[in-house]
Amino acid sequence: MIDIRGLAWRVIRPIDPALLAIIAGILGFAYIVMMSASPDRMSSHLTNIIVSLLVMWLVATQEPQKLQNIAVPLYVVGFLLLVAVALFGDVSKGARRWLNIGVARIQPSELMKIAMPLMLAWYFQKREGVLKVRDFFVAIFILMLPVALIAKQPDLGTAILVLGAGFFVIFFAGLSWWLIVPAGVLGAVAVAGVIMYQSQICAPEVQWPGLHDYQKHRVCTLLDPSSDPRGKGFHTIQSTIAVGSGGMIGKGWRNGTQTHLDFLPERHTDFVLAVVSEEFGLAGVLLLLVLYCLLIGRGLLIANSAPTLFARLLGGSITMIFFTYVFVNMGMVSGILPVVGVPLPMVSYGGTALLTLCFGVGILMSIKHQRRRVPR
Amino acid sequence: MDLKAPEQELSRFRARVAVAGAFVLICFGLIVARFVYLQVIRYDYYSTRAEENRISLLPIVPNRGLIMDRNGLVLARNYSAYTLEITPSKVRNLEDTIDDLSELIDIQPKDRKRFKKLLEESKNFESLPIRTRLSDAEVARFIAQRYRFPGVDIKARLFRQYPFGEFASHALGYIGRINQAEMAKIEDDDDLAANYRGTEHIGKIGLEQSYEKELHGVTGFEQVEVDASGRAVRSLARTPPVPGNNLQLTIDADLQRIAEEAFGNRRGSLVAIEPGTGGVLALVSTPRFDPNLFVDGITPDNWDVLNNSLDKPMVNRALNGAYPPGSTFKPFMALAALETGKRAATTVIADPGYFVFGNNTFRDDKAGGHGMVDMVKSIVVSCDTYYYSLANDMGIDLIANFMGKLGLGSRTGIDIEGESVGVLPSPAWKKKRFKKPEQQKWYAGETISIGIGQGYNAYTPIQLAHATATLAAGGVMFKPHIVKYVIDAQSGAKRMIEPTPIANLGFKPEHLDVIRKAMVGVTTGGTGARAFAGAKYEVAGKTGTAQVFSLKGSKYHEGAVNERMRDHALFIAYAPADKPKIALVVLVENGGFGAATAAPIARQVLDYYLLGIKPKGAVEDDSGAEGDTGD
Repeated sequence: MIDIRGLAWRVIRPIDPALLAIIAGILGFAYIVMMSASPDRMSSHLTNIIVSLLVMWLVATQEPQKLQNIAVPLYVVGFLLLVAVALFGDVSKGARRWLNIGVARIQPSELMKIAMPLMLAWYFQKREGVLKVRDFFVAIFILMLPVALIAKQPDLGTAILVLGAGFFVIFFAGLSWWLIVPAGVLGAVAVAGVIMYQSQICAPEVQWPGLHDYQKHRVCTLLDPSSDPRGKGFHTIQSTIAVGSGGMIGKGWRNGTQTHLDFLPERHTDFVLAVVSEEFGLAGVLLLLVLYCLLIGRGLLIANSAPTLFARLLGGSITMIFFTYVFVNMGMVSGILPVVGVPLPMVSYGGTALLTLCFGVGILMSIKHQRRRVPR
Repeated sequence: MDLKAPEQELSRFRARVAVAGAFVLICFGLIVARFVYLQVIRYDYYSTRAEENRISLLPIVPNRGLIMDRNGLVLARNYSAYTLEITPSKVRNLEDTIDDLSELIDIQPKDRKRFKKLLEESKNFESLPIRTRLSDAEVARFIAQRYRFPGVDIKARLFRQYPFGEFASHALGYIGRINQAEMAKIEDDDDLAANYRGTEHIGKIGLEQSYEKELHGVTGFEQVEVDASGRAVRSLARTPPVPGNNLQLTIDADLQRIAEEAFGNRRGSLVAIEPGTGGVLALVSTPRFDPNLFVDGITPDNWDVLNNSLDKPMVNRALNGAYPPGSTFKPFMALAALETGKRAATTVIADPGYFVFGNNTFRDDKAGGHGMVDMVKSIVVSCDTYYYSLANDMGIDLIANFMGKLGLGSRTGIDIEGESVGVLPSPAWKKKRFKKPEQQKWYAGETISIGIGQGYNAYTPIQLAHATATLAAGGVMFKPHIVKYVIDAQSGAKRMIEPTPIANLGFKPEHLDVIRKAMVGVTTGGTGARAFAGAKYEVAGKTGTAQVFSLKGSKYHEGAVNERMRDHALFIAYAPADKPKIALVVLVENGGFGAATAAPIARQVLDYYLLGIKPKGAVEDDSGAEGDTGD
């Protein structure tokens, strides 16, 4: 009897009930939405959820020290795979993102979403106490190398997520405001400039340095969706209509006309929020936002009281990955950010993203668990 | 190394976490603001946009009304068939698409040519037929491969069909695809534009054009929910269309057919009218054309054949051919003389075979003349000299005034559009017609040849038939019309087109008797006697021969003149003479003597209409010219 109890305790103990409750709320709501958006995919969606939750539990049972040990190899392997993709990758829909390793096709950029914060957190842990300004430049180099490779594939969405994950490690490690503020101002000026001189820079003959034609197109379409209502602007226009026509409480579950008459593109993946908005209205969007706020708040709290620098940085940045996902996706669906292919975390259909995110939640739980075990 | 460094680091981390938390809240606040803007402030706008996306108003084109002859024989009908249609704006490469399609479906070069022509005339977003009347096998083959051809679709459509081909083509007219000029006209009128949404065809000429409003019907609408690809998912509401009204004509199909066949290969026209109603019994113009060729856009080859033919089959000679009436003018001249009191029926003149006016000599056809001639004889033998002197006595103003009242030189108002005016010669007309002052003056000598239906005289067959019918009806004019009933296709309720009396010219019965007697004389003992030998009814008729080409004094020899320079043959008649049931005019272009070519056609038509006798094969009688006097 005691043995069984002890075993149960060991199984349950690593799991943070608060985090579990929050993601159960998100996944549950997502499940209902998916039954409307894509009823054919329910069984595989359920499989994805179960597998991902198992992985979460598995990661939660591990000690953060183990993660610290695999940080460097994971990063190196991820980086090499990215180089391999650039050299031998399969092209699909105009982008070279996949690597065929015989048994399966893998997308190494996904790995980087976890490997990057691990690697940077490991680096700053190593430099703990002897941190110099120079170290930040090293960190930025470690960050930018894979980001550049991913952006080059091109996969702007993943590049932004990896960049966000890495940036928040460096930010939490204490990157000087003297660097952040000017960079922020520069970015804001650039965005304002693009908006103000839209007609000139969006002229077809103008080439944007360092960006692909389709990326330029996405930004330009965002600025003026009506310029291409049947082509690239279709996503943004139809998604905005779906959102706006949902109103305060929505048209009701499975009653979304934009959703069910195929006006909404990618309704089960990147644009699933438009389904939520159309069928559950502002109320549904706010419910999701509250759940995400709770998730992020809980994550930051766990990071805040983590015992080691590595755990703090890792916990903080992984939490902020959720924020990046949510912000970019919601901005994209509501038409204030370009369409960059970032799913809504734990709601959009897709096994890989869900697995990565649950892996992240598992890390948060592992950190929480460690705090209780390791006395300071 | 500072031992406090880890503590410092920890507090800095916590500050950064607070900053990050605040950043998250600000960004989420932005998102919330955006969603509130879209979902609350602009809700009405986006809600409308979503409804517009979802709901589409599809027009339901009404069935076009049928056209039937007076006995109910259907002359224009609709049938359903499949067409293969391409929407050019949805197709990337039109040529390649058509090439690929031709592997599945038989597409001839003429189909391509027609498609190209339609493309030039159409707007880009319309779907245009590349092939019509697909077989079931072709439909099945295309449907299996449909996914390969975005922008190409099969549609079930109603087609107009004229089951008897060329039969009565000038009266029926045809429908064709709406062209840009017609579309612009339709779009000027909002009601019309709404009613023609979805309609692809419109009446172009003939009754199809003039009764377009009746035949078209009222377009219905279906409110449907559509998906993003425009496919209808379900119907929300439906307003059924009201089919177009059917037309029942005054034309008798058998009579029309006998008349058309009587012309053989000759060019010409026949118009038969019911005196006392104005109902048109037959309206013939030869050569004819096949209106079926026009329904889906005529191929350039077919059009070239019709348009470039010397015989001009597309001209409706009955309404648009203007011909000098020749001697058929004489009965009207004689009536004018009686009514104006310019010459009594009993007045006898001596005909030496010519009439001298100033320095000019006007010849009679018969050398040596007809001797002593009174009014009846002048018509029976068709004496020119009598009418030279009569015209001179009356003067041009009196003649023009009388003929104008009979409707000559003005549109009859028949229910087909585009009727020609013809020429009623008068000093006023001449002044308008010519520019130079010396040409504008009317010379008294010009009046002389007017008297025998030559000179500037030019009237359409419908005008001559109309005048003959007026004569037959004792001076009461009825507006000619081809449609007898407009029939509601759903209820079957008939609305009669009432005979419309235009005027009662008030001719004195004793005057009409003189003319009738003379015209009966024509068919019993005069120029038309041969054609009407043995007729079991009394016919009042008059032959006529109209000069096409001025011979400048030399004698006319039929064989020596180019076929197209030969005289036109005419014949007017009404019968039975005492109680007329039919009045008609026959015109045979370059037919030579009216007695020889035109009168026999009239005989066949009258035989059928009055006695029900159908001709035995086509009757050709070219030898009868010798025996006729005069004309």
